[in-house]
Amino acid sequence: MKELVIISGKGGTGKTSITVSLAALAKNKVMVDCDVDAADMHLILKPQIEILNDFYGGKGAEINQELCVKCGKCKEICKFDAVKNEDTKFIIDEIKCEGCGVCHYFCPSNAIKFEEKFSGEWYESNTRFGKLIHAKLGVAEENSGKLVTKIRNHARLVAHKNNCDLIIVDGSPGIGCPVIASISGASLVLIVTEPTLSGMHDSKRVLELTKHFKIPACICINKFDINLDLTKEIEDFCDKNNIELVGKIPYSKAFTEAMIKELTLIEYCDNEVSDEIKRIWNIIENKLKN
Amino acid sequence: MIKIAIASGKGGTGKSTVATNFAYLLSELYEDVAIIDCDVEEPNCHIFLNPEIKISEKSCLSVPEIDKELCIGCGKCAAICQFNSLALVKGKVIVFPELCHSCGGCWLICPVNAISQGKREVGIVEIGKSGKLNFIQGKSRIGEAMSPPLIKDTKKAGQNHQIQILDCPPGTSCPVIAAVDGADYVVMVTEPTPFGLYDLKLAVDVMKKLGKNFGIVINRSDENDYLIEDFAALENISIITKIPDDRRIAECYSRGDLIVKALPEYKEVFNPLIHIARGIKK
Repeated sequence: MKELVIISGKGGTGKTSITVSLAALAKNKVMVDCDVDAADMHLILKPQIEILNDFYGGKGAEINQELCVKCGKCKEICKFDAVKNEDTKFIIDEIKCEGCGVCHYFCPSNAIKFEEKFSGEWYESNTRFGKLIHAKLGVAEENSGKLVTKIRNHARLVAHKNNCDLIIVDGSPGIGCPVIASISGASLVLIVTEPTLSGMHDSKRVLELTKHFKIPACICINKFDINLDLTKEIEDFCDKNNIELVGKIPYSKAFTEAMIKELTLIEYCDNEVSDEIKRIWNIIENKLKN
Repeated sequence: MIKIAIASGKGGTGKSTVATNFAYLLSELYEDVAIIDCDVEEPNCHIFLNPEIKISEKSCLSVPEIDKELCIGCGKCAAICQFNSLALVKGKVIVFPELCHSCGGCWLICPVNAISQGKREVGIVEIGKSGKLNFIQGKSRIGEAMSPPLIKDTKKAGQNHQIQILDCPPGTSCPVIAAVDGADYVVMVTEPTPFGLYDLKLAVDVMKKLGKNFGIVINRSDENDYLIEDFAALENISIITKIPDDRRIAECYSRGDLIVKALPEYKEVFNPLIHIARGIKK
């Protein structure tokens, strides 16, 4: 089974629009939206949820006021500044609480509960392009990396059960916890960049990350015609560093128009933009075979 | 002291564009303005401001180090650790420092004081100046999963400046929460697309839960603005300003130029943000 992950470093380069377009072209695959704290794939794929699961990402502490002797030990030892002393009461700020349990352990009067905390939901759904595994992290929750790992593992099971030989993953921006959880062990990473200094700076960092974890990566340039000099620079960079540039997509309003119509670009139009995405898919499909 | 955070749910909506142009304009009007780039995984403000970096400091997290001579292999440290950073294998403690959240549980609980505090580098904090504007950014180490500790260190480096503009990471989880913590006001930058709207709604939920004052900036404003305006009207959120969808702005961004310098006719677009800052001024 092969796993293709689409990331970008910088947000807004067109990751999700390109991911759903590739998903429209690929056959026999399972799709995963690993951008769990700002998931957007479902807006285009209109999933019918089949299975809903609760996600418990870790534990949280809570002080029982009746048992609390107000010694302040918890406030003193909390490294996350999560214990507040308000109107003579000690209260745990659930947003700041890291879930380490140190206060619970050291409370002299056993007044601090430490229990699994509901921190989101994840789903197995049907879409017009096949199965989608996606999630919604609760408001202001943490542990997005754990949730990413959970849905990727589930996608592998679903793919196995349905005899799918490919998993297509939409990653999140950045190079931290959820991105690391999205790419670890993947067959191929597609980096979507744009010819802007920020886009280039960020894709170089994300490329270093793929190197760090020894995952093969290729690049495509979106909106390549907004700055031809920088596009040339990216091409030279790819040449010099032996990274395959799989395609150059022109700037097009059709991306937003398709999004408003809740369609992939492949369904929405038949022009030079959709042609280029089809060409990119052919190259990637061949790369995945090898 | 004023702290204004620039955030968004969706990435690439124009946070850094707003943060850099806004901070630059403030620095022309006021003394002691700082821009603090808290998007430590992908910091971009430096591209538009070309700061001269004067100080560069490592940001480290305390992680356990076991003194094998003293360790009695009781396993209490591994039991208290919620992050699987310590494991007891055949009577010996193994440390996985990259998983450590630095809660201190292990060294507090060790009955024989066998655990000392080692260091894991999470990134660097850089401090400098771009003209009159003070510049601070955090930059995470490649491969580092945890960004909130570095975000906290980055903010600390800029905490004494009179006006602080915090450029936040995208998303709605822990890095954003760490970045907006302590801010007087949050400017949410969005774009008039279905993805922009959906992620804005998530970010609004977070800001409400955190009890923040906030308003919206529509970037790449066009005929689809109604997507955002309808939502804002329904939720009673003010739209601070709109930055038009102009190819010249996109080109100027691609080259790393400030809009207010390269296209001064757009300077007034940022004025409502200055009014927000004045409104906070204590």
